[in-house]
Amino acid sequence: MKDGIISIENLKVQLGGASILDIPSFSISEGEFMSLIGPNGSGKSTLLLVLNCLLKPVAGVLKYRGRVVSSRDESFQYRRRVSMVFQEPLLFDTTVYRNVASGLKIRGVGREETRERVTRYLKWFNIEHLAHRSARKLSGGEAQRTSLARAFAMEPEVIFLDEPFSALDPPTRHAISDDLNSIVQETGITTVMVTHDQSEALRMSDRIAVMNSGGIVQVGVPSHVMNNPANEFVANFVGMDTILEGKVLRMQDGMATVRVDEVEIDAVGEALPGDSVYCCVRPENVVIELTNPDDLTSARNNFPAVVRDIFSVGPFLKISLDCGFSITSFVTREAFAVLDLREGMNVFVSFKATAVHLIRTNN
Amino acid sequence: MDLILEGLITAFKLLMALDPEVLSITWLSLKVSGIATLISVGIGISCGMIVALTRFPGKKFVVSVVNTGMGLPPVVVGLFVTVFLWRNGPFGFLDILYTPTAIIIAQAVIATPIVMGISIAALQNLPAKMRLQILSLGATRMQMVMILVKEARLPLMAAVMAGFGGVISEVGASIMVGGNIKGYSRVLTTATVMETGKGEFATAFALSIILLLLVFIVNYLFTLIQQRERPR
Repeated sequence: MKDGIISIENLKVQLGGASILDIPSFSISEGEFMSLIGPNGSGKSTLLLVLNCLLKPVAGVLKYRGRVVSSRDESFQYRRRVSMVFQEPLLFDTTVYRNVASGLKIRGVGREETRERVTRYLKWFNIEHLAHRSARKLSGGEAQRTSLARAFAMEPEVIFLDEPFSALDPPTRHAISDDLNSIVQETGITTVMVTHDQSEALRMSDRIAVMNSGGIVQVGVPSHVMNNPANEFVANFVGMDTILEGKVLRMQDGMATVRVDEVEIDAVGEALPGDSVYCCVRPENVVIELTNPDDLTSARNNFPAVVRDIFSVGPFLKISLDCGFSITSFVTREAFAVLDLREGMNVFVSFKATAVHLIRTNN
Repeated sequence: MDLILEGLITAFKLLMALDPEVLSITWLSLKVSGIATLISVGIGISCGMIVALTRFPGKKFVVSVVNTGMGLPPVVVGLFVTVFLWRNGPFGFLDILYTPTAIIIAQAVIATPIVMGISIAALQNLPAKMRLQILSLGATRMQMVMILVKEARLPLMAAVMAGFGGVISEVGASIMVGGNIKGYSRVLTTATVMETGKGEFATAFALSIILLLLVFIVNYLFTLIQQRERPR
């Protein structure tokens, strides 16, 4: 693969002797929207600081368009081609207009052009009516819009976003991420965003990089990462609620039969008999029925089960069941009402062999 | 009570008459403390900035020393400056003891830790990520420093006011290193001490009122600057 707009090689960051980041290689292509996801302390924000030349690694190189950025002057020139938005808006104690203009002023953009750009980006982020208000008197959402407008007004080649919405309430968050999404689409700007919100990452990204304890575990298009997690950690993190440890008994026509505890599960995937594997099943692929659907299709895994717990998760209900192993299922509120589920009830669960993602653990 | 009333009346008469001696004392006070404050602002804010924005071993110790310095007793400063400027002291060759210059030095020593201590607190009070944000906007180091000063302008202005307030009202060091020489190194506070000692309460009252007015006017001007063009 050719070098992206930004790439890093053999990156190592340490803090007080402890390794914070260790990434052999990572590259961002021009025009793509890359999301970095991972648990707290996995090094997402640190990576973003390194990519923005705000943190010097102990080892490794940062390349911009194939050229190494290393000297102080190169870092400075590079920083003027990119920009960053933090979790907190970090606005200056002046008006919204002057905040949005501040980066342009720092970069020495002329007065006329500054006015034109500030006006344009204030409008794009729907804050033109706040232009002359003090930045201290903004709501959280308005402040973050101002911060985004300030970063975009510089028209950088790459923009880094460090959890820009995590401090906002859900409606504000959705409104701003929608606006951001359309601006990113329109400008085609290369974007790297750190986020905790998987649905946000899924919705906006071209590619997702999953990070854990200072390394990048998997990079890929969202659907691939969600459906083909590289290991147990990614599977857990991307919401594969059911992860079952088992051993492959036999393979036939691309169909593996896996022994999990006392039962056998059919899964489409590549493995060899005797392999230790994880079977990952997304809760939305697990169907609950009141009668045994055994006769429907042979490619289905059907098990009698007992309802253990019922949680409300947004528009869905998350049902935790016991069928010799634990499994979770998402059902809609309508389906829940029709099935009349209660804790302790006997039901049947089924999921297709294609809905099982196999992760081999012995290689 | 008569004493106070009589004193106040005479004081106002003195003020209204614009006594040349009182005027020259006032002017010298303003000049000496003004220059001392300027020096302390120059040193205090720049050193405060270095301490606040850099990481080095022993930083906490340095900050504690500076904070202790904020309560430096003027007589102690007066003693040390006197010893240093004494005829056969390390800086005796300068021959500036018992001059307004000596008062400026002593007052600058008193005000610098005050300005520096408040500056450190002011800059450290800015969000930790503010510096990263400014750099990510493409700022040079110098631009970053200027923006930080601008962001901390309210507390920094308070540092200047505190420094000025500390030295204009200080008497111990001024009398020790200035000598309270009539028409030469006599300032409002030293004159007040002397007039009170002599029992000339009316003059002492007049000088005190001028001192209070002076502090008020200067602080009022600073406050105007501090509070101007705050956007709504």
